[in-house]
Amino acid sequence: MNVKQSEHEEIKQAAPVTLYGRELTPNRRIDLNLDWVDEIQVNTSAVERRAATIGTRRTVKKEWQAAWLLRAIACMDLTTLSGDDSAERVKRLCAKARRPLQDHLVKALGIEELHLTTGAVCVYHAFVETAVKALEGSGIPVAAVSTGFPAGLSPLAERVNEIRRSVEAGASEIDIVITRAHVFNGEWGALYDEVAAFKDACGAAHMKAILGTGDLLTLRNVARASWVAMMAGSDFIKTSTGKEAVNATLPVSLVMVRAIRDYAERTGMYVGYKPAGGIKTAKQSLDWLALMKDELGRPWLEPSLFRFGASSMLADIERQLEHFVTGRYSAVSRHPIA
Amino acid sequence: MASSVVEKFYSMEYGPAPEDASEVTKWLDAHRRAFGHYVDGKWTAVGAESFETKNPATGEVLARVATASAEDVDAAVKAARAALPAWQALSGHARAKYLYALARQVQKHARRLAVLETLDNGKSIRESRDIDIPLVARHFYHHAGWAQLRDEEFPCYAPMGVVGQIIPWNFPLLMFAWKVAPALAAGNTVVIKPAEYAPLSALAFAEIAHEIGLPAGVLNVVNGAGETGAAITAHPGIDKIAFTGSTEVGRIIRKATAGTTKKLSLELGGKSPFIVFDDADLDSAVEGLVDGIWFNQGQVCCAGSRLLVQERVAERLYDKIRARMSTLRVGSPLDKAVDIGAIVDKVQYERIAGLVKQGIAEGATCYQPDLTMPEKGLFYKPTLLTGISPAATVAQEEIFGPVLVAMTFRTPAEAVELANNTTYGLAASIWSENINVALDVAAQVKAGVVWVNATNLFDAACGFGGYRESGYGREGGKEGMYEYLEPTWVKDAPAVVPEKQVLRSAQDDKGESADAFGIDRTVKMYIGGKQARPDSGYSYSVYGANGKFIGEAPSGSRKDIRNAVEAARNVSAKWAKTAAHGRAQVLYFMAENLSQRRTELIAKLGEFVGPDQAAVEFDASVERIFAYAAWCDKYDGSVHNPPMKMVALAMHEAVGTIGVLCPDDAPLLGFVSLVLPAIAMGNAVIAVPSERSATLMGEIYQVLDTSDLPGGVVNIVTGKAIELGKTLAEHDDVDAIWSFRDEAASTMVKAASIGNLKQVFSNDGRQFDWFDPAQAEGRYFLRHATQVKNIWVPYGE
Repeated sequence: MNVKQSEHEEIKQAAPVTLYGRELTPNRRIDLNLDWVDEIQVNTSAVERRAATIGTRRTVKKEWQAAWLLRAIACMDLTTLSGDDSAERVKRLCAKARRPLQDHLVKALGIEELHLTTGAVCVYHAFVETAVKALEGSGIPVAAVSTGFPAGLSPLAERVNEIRRSVEAGASEIDIVITRAHVFNGEWGALYDEVAAFKDACGAAHMKAILGTGDLLTLRNVARASWVAMMAGSDFIKTSTGKEAVNATLPVSLVMVRAIRDYAERTGMYVGYKPAGGIKTAKQSLDWLALMKDELGRPWLEPSLFRFGASSMLADIERQLEHFVTGRYSAVSRHPIA
Repeated sequence: MASSVVEKFYSMEYGPAPEDASEVTKWLDAHRRAFGHYVDGKWTAVGAESFETKNPATGEVLARVATASAEDVDAAVKAARAALPAWQALSGHARAKYLYALARQVQKHARRLAVLETLDNGKSIRESRDIDIPLVARHFYHHAGWAQLRDEEFPCYAPMGVVGQIIPWNFPLLMFAWKVAPALAAGNTVVIKPAEYAPLSALAFAEIAHEIGLPAGVLNVVNGAGETGAAITAHPGIDKIAFTGSTEVGRIIRKATAGTTKKLSLELGGKSPFIVFDDADLDSAVEGLVDGIWFNQGQVCCAGSRLLVQERVAERLYDKIRARMSTLRVGSPLDKAVDIGAIVDKVQYERIAGLVKQGIAEGATCYQPDLTMPEKGLFYKPTLLTGISPAATVAQEEIFGPVLVAMTFRTPAEAVELANNTTYGLAASIWSENINVALDVAAQVKAGVVWVNATNLFDAACGFGGYRESGYGREGGKEGMYEYLEPTWVKDAPAVVPEKQVLRSAQDDKGESADAFGIDRTVKMYIGGKQARPDSGYSYSVYGANGKFIGEAPSGSRKDIRNAVEAARNVSAKWAKTAAHGRAQVLYFMAENLSQRRTELIAKLGEFVGPDQAAVEFDASVERIFAYAAWCDKYDGSVHNPPMKMVALAMHEAVGTIGVLCPDDAPLLGFVSLVLPAIAMGNAVIAVPSERSATLMGEIYQVLDTSDLPGGVVNIVTGKAIELGKTLAEHDDVDAIWSFRDEAASTMVKAASIGNLKQVFSNDGRQFDWFDPAQAEGRYFLRHATQVKNIWVPYGE
């Protein structure tokens, strides 16, 4: 396997990851514990009520807001997953990932020393090599969606091979999709085996398990699938492909983040979180960052543990940052597109 | 700026996010930071008699506010009285338009009101902006609807008149809305006193009312502390008092109004249980506590302040609570990212600190998270006390601060037992993913409001109010409207002739019963389903209308009342749980067995009321029993639809044990008209029958005995009504006292009821026409025989 170690350095944890003062280790596969799956209780109404106040209980203003928006960029998997993607489009995306903000904004914000880039670039397998080449030397990892994305219904062997090919092509992060039917049917063993097989195929590449939460429909299903995916060794759990009717929502995120927290408390291991799809505005990014900070703590505001799957959100953040710098409301056309 | 953003990029702290208060500052300055009373559509001047209202977060004096003297209160009551005829003459629609305009104005000025509330009270701007003020607007909208629909929905009911209202400082404008909206919608005029700690939002509201052209005198706002409240309570020109505040003051008000016909509704303290079963969504339960005990700094009468958690998950839940507490943000209430603001006043702050200290001294383990606290201002850290026994002071006393006390239980039965182990009964929160368990416990908890998998949800359509010493009356919904209405005929009913003039007093006659010899019939009392001799060993003579000796009746005493209450208490829960259909069958059977004795009873009754009335009264009594048998399974509750994805089941629950003092004028029909609605709804009754016709009871308990009525559901203690009534009214295990005798009896039971703040239902010494079903039968009585429990059930998957 041709894994480019240098790119993995970027995603390595700088500071130790702690939760309530306890130091955690990276997630490793553990045996499937069905008791943990069985005892899951999620009250949808209560979760919805709590989620509704995330954005009203917390807000950041002025320089803090600017800093938080920069944080959102650093945690962003800048993504293109369209049928009409082309090599040129991917190159353009990579250029934007290297330089998400125009120089005059960087200068005005006084953040040259951050050397701000997005957290990763996320593409289909077909464009992994293009992206790797375009990002050479930047340290920005390339993430590939895989395993029959978005439906995940091609034969298992093909899905596993797809991972291997993407890793060989230079992807250091693999976003896999689970077989949703395993969740509907309560086939936790099958789900566990599937995710474990994907993880094995990833090798040293980081694996994000997409649950397809919009398909799973109930929050209890989301919680159960989260637990099985974590026990099977996922590095991240991720909401959606962006192709479901409903993608990342705050209630779904709350449930997944709580699962990550309980899992860490029980096993001493950390798992990252990636909401994806439907997060389009700067304001939304702040809500999600507040959710991570309050529910899991500061370590989950690092790109090693938190990513947004987003494409249009960056443009809105650029506008807000320009407004912060100039005091004038900005326009999308003033910022280079990805 | 440069390094600053970088530093914040790494620290990822929230930073300050202050709400701009300059508009409110301008408003205060425009009023020269001095406010008089709003009386008869005009503002009074601020004289020497005044007090300061402060921002508890900073100590800054916000304004000087006039203190209302008894003369000021009198002027306000006179204005309200003068405004009454024109206000009542308006159509429902016309009143609805005013309430609608008030709702709209609250919305238009929402932010100003929210900021003012936060400045004056210390609650976080998130709460005043997202919860208090929107609920205020909602309350006026909802009640604009009741104004519109009053005549259709409340036929034969009329407004009470001038209403005096006294409200607390914890939700200043929301409590104002809860009081004013239904009162005005029903057609009353109002004299209201906001709390002295936070009067400003009510004054801002008065200004709004003025702007929309609410007629002068319809709404009068007077300021001041306890003395002003006492002047309102004592004012003879007020027809009804509505009070929200402490149980202690509630008692004072009950006592102060005992000798009057003032109606009373009290919304008092609580120590509400927050019950978490082992199958609950624990993370959501933790957020429930944040919305419960850490809402409004815990200064909430219905706060889930007593955590009862099932043993198996207790430690896990405590861990989660402690973790969550550490992410609560305490700070400037004007900061938009603050969870916990300032305690309203130093007095309250010190009370909280003192109780926590006492809790620790009594063995509690105290946890307070390591939070950044403001350097000045009245801020108290969120606090968790574990290892508490029910006997601990902090487990029983309302702390009214951000302090959660926690205890464990093993079984649902134990959870209910602990939950009800309090003198209060305001609210409860129940967390379980098993709907059977949750609703079973909801039915058993003594509380006026029960939230399933939720807490502190409020809506204008759903009644709010307590059981037991948490007070009586409901606010919100149809049940709340009744607090401001009374049957049209009540005020015109003639007074009952005081007893002394009519009654041949029982004990006084002792020794005159020489011709009692030869009476072969011994009438006893009826306690716990058995005939009982009086504990005193005395009997008294009973005479007919023409002075003829009829027989002897037992002289009941305190101890007989004690035994009767015990018998009633023992059966009350079981009787309340008996299916309504089952209760109906018993009642029908009673009617059947009574009618078997028609000839005999008419003869006996005739000796007291004459043969003509006796026949009519007997037949009316049978009919009345039938009516309540019919009602058993028809006086249904309702389902409220708050604007959220949930329903509130407004259940009609039995009050419990009811002491009934029956009238003399229709000894049989009066007894039946009072006892039957009570037992039809599942209460157990201790009845003191007409003292001068007590021998009739010998027939009555034989009817009860043969009608499958469980022993203890109806207990009959004969004797001196005023004395027995006092024992009943004082008894802490009696949940309600009904007095339908003379004015002295009404006054006595009201004054004596303060021990456990039992509900009082009385004729205020007025004569009811027991033969007129429109007056003496039906919903009016059923409503007093029940209390509404709102069970909030969210749904959604």
